[in-house]
Amino acid sequence: MTDAAVLPPRPAARSTRLVRGLFGSPLNVLLTLLVAWAVWSLAAPLLRWAVFDAVVLPANPAACRDVSGACWSFVAAKSGQILFGIYPIEERWRPMLVCAVLLALLGWSLRPAAWRPSLAIVWVVALPGVLMLMFGGFGGLSFVATTMWGGLPVTLILTVTAIGGAFPLAMLLALGRRSWLPAIRTLCVLFIELTRALPLLSILFIASIMLPLLLPEALLPDKFFRALIALLLFAAAYLAEVIRGGLQAMPRGQYEAAEALGLGYWRTQRHVILPQAIAIVIPSLTSTIIVMIKNTSLVMVVGLFDLISSGRAALADPEWSSPALETYAFIAAIYFALCFGFGRFAQALESRSKDSS
Amino acid sequence: MTQSATGPATTEASGPAVELRAVHKWYGGFHALRGVDLTVARGERIVICGPSGSGKSTLIRCINQLERHQAGAVTVNGREATADPKALQAIRRAAGMVFQSFNLFPHLTVLQNCTLAPVQTGLATRAEADALAMSYLERVRIAEQALKHPAQLSGGQQQRVAIARALCMRPSIMLFDEPTSALDPEMVKEVLDTMIALASDGMTMLAVTHEMGFARRVADRVIFMDEGQIVESAPPGEFFEHPRHARTQAFLGQLLH
Ligand SMILES: Nc1ncnc2c1ncn2[C@@H]1O[C@H](COP(=O)(O)OP(=O)(O)O)[C@@H](O)[C@H]1O
Ligand SMILES: [Mg+2]
Repeated sequence: MTDAAVLPPRPAARSTRLVRGLFGSPLNVLLTLLVAWAVWSLAAPLLRWAVFDAVVLPANPAACRDVSGACWSFVAAKSGQILFGIYPIEERWRPMLVCAVLLALLGWSLRPAAWRPSLAIVWVVALPGVLMLMFGGFGGLSFVATTMWGGLPVTLILTVTAIGGAFPLAMLLALGRRSWLPAIRTLCVLFIELTRALPLLSILFIASIMLPLLLPEALLPDKFFRALIALLLFAAAYLAEVIRGGLQAMPRGQYEAAEALGLGYWRTQRHVILPQAIAIVIPSLTSTIIVMIKNTSLVMVVGLFDLISSGRAALADPEWSSPALETYAFIAAIYFALCFGFGRFAQALESRSKDSS
Repeated sequence: MTQSATGPATTEASGPAVELRAVHKWYGGFHALRGVDLTVARGERIVICGPSGSGKSTLIRCINQLERHQAGAVTVNGREATADPKALQAIRRAAGMVFQSFNLFPHLTVLQNCTLAPVQTGLATRAEADALAMSYLERVRIAEQALKHPAQLSGGQQQRVAIARALCMRPSIMLFDEPTSALDPEMVKEVLDTMIALASDGMTMLAVTHEMGFARRVADRVIFMDEGQIVESAPPGEFFEHPRHARTQAFLGQLLH
């Protein structure tokens, strides 16, 4: 009897709490009904359009003629062009393979078990390999210029290389901005502040239009790589500031303990400071990276064919009644999968680093 | 003296372990050390006390050069502290340090805390470092917690891990800066016991502490600091029974009440 008094009160069953939350008071009842009505009036037409009245097959223009719902036939028929752009059709297996390799490697790299130094080597080998396969021009593969590249492989290569390259650069910039060497500090501050002060669009225009006026032809990289470098530098400036926020939160005792143990500057940063500083700022790093993933779509303004621009190109076919909504929904789903997947990964990473401290 | 067989100090076993000659330290315009002279023999145990702000931490941090002095000479194990990074490296390796606030690496396990520096500085292979760390963790009686993270341990346990971590670099000198001041009273003893055990192994020790029981039991010499200077230096018996300086007497009087 006395035992019951000292036991903590048991939490109510989940279903009880749910019912209480939804219908516990007149106001709750009213709100529940309102929200249910709103959801229904939005979801019902959407479902009707996307599923019940939609047509998927056959994948030809005739299929969509008298359809009130979505014309997924178009997406089915044009998926190759949306995903791979104007890359020669008979060579399409190459971008397909590139996407498969990149996605598989991404999936592989997200597992904590894979995080060893050899993973960096795998990527350093894989990225040039992927680019060589896209280019061709060796071993019987025909040469395909970057102007013919398009769609998902462009988005993936830009995303992976720009963000993968920006991250280490950002760590160096963040450390450099806190350096006690005035020259290094000034350089890093200048780079970060200048880059952040310019819109990405203007940086892309500078890279694609201004650079050719300034640099001799021989020194000028391909337009694709100019855009890639612009994206990389832009992302690095933002990531550097996020990482610097984490560095500022590190207590001085951590530096002193490492110093007293005889760890030098770089080992202290690599093993003591950066792992903790980055763990602190995972949420803002995640947002920044997701924004950067989506920023890759801006390369279309300088004439590169990312997913969105190759989708637009596909819509230009006069045979079809231009089902733009369906096409953009398809592309949105791909971006969603990329960004959502990355967001989940970051969440797992965060709870992992919370567990350990 | 068994310790010196495992430490790297044996090569220069002749000279003093630590020698400070007219050391001055300024923080901006503030004169924190005003001409400190101190010679610590090998195996000697020194307790430093004094009022807050008297420069005790600064003194001990100048020995392993966490703070650079601006005048005078600091010599550790026969190596003078200069701008030369090699000398700095040698001094930091010779002198282990334990902080008031432990300063363990929270993202690493207890074992990883102990092996990081030996492996990264090339002192030991991973396997050697693991074995060494386990033996020191055993010695501070915390080996069963080796795979936990610091946050899962009590303050006393964390401080013992910090001692083991410093020992894993096989220092010949150990510096303690108020190692028990941040601890709850019931945990002070376990840390002091660890330090007493270390002292009985013959380790050269400099400890800033106000644990006068520890000083009486372990110290060869007690040093009293005030306003950046060493005011008095004497064996514990003499220091506590017959302090010569008025400032020492006043300080000891305050400690007792
Ligand atoms: N990093 C620093 N910058 C400026 N002043 C400092 C710094 N560290 C210590 N001081 C000052 O130097 C004096 C001595 O400090 P400290 O050696 O920590 O004293 P103690 O350890 O004896 O309490 C104090 O007045 C303190 O305020
Ligand atoms: Mg102090």
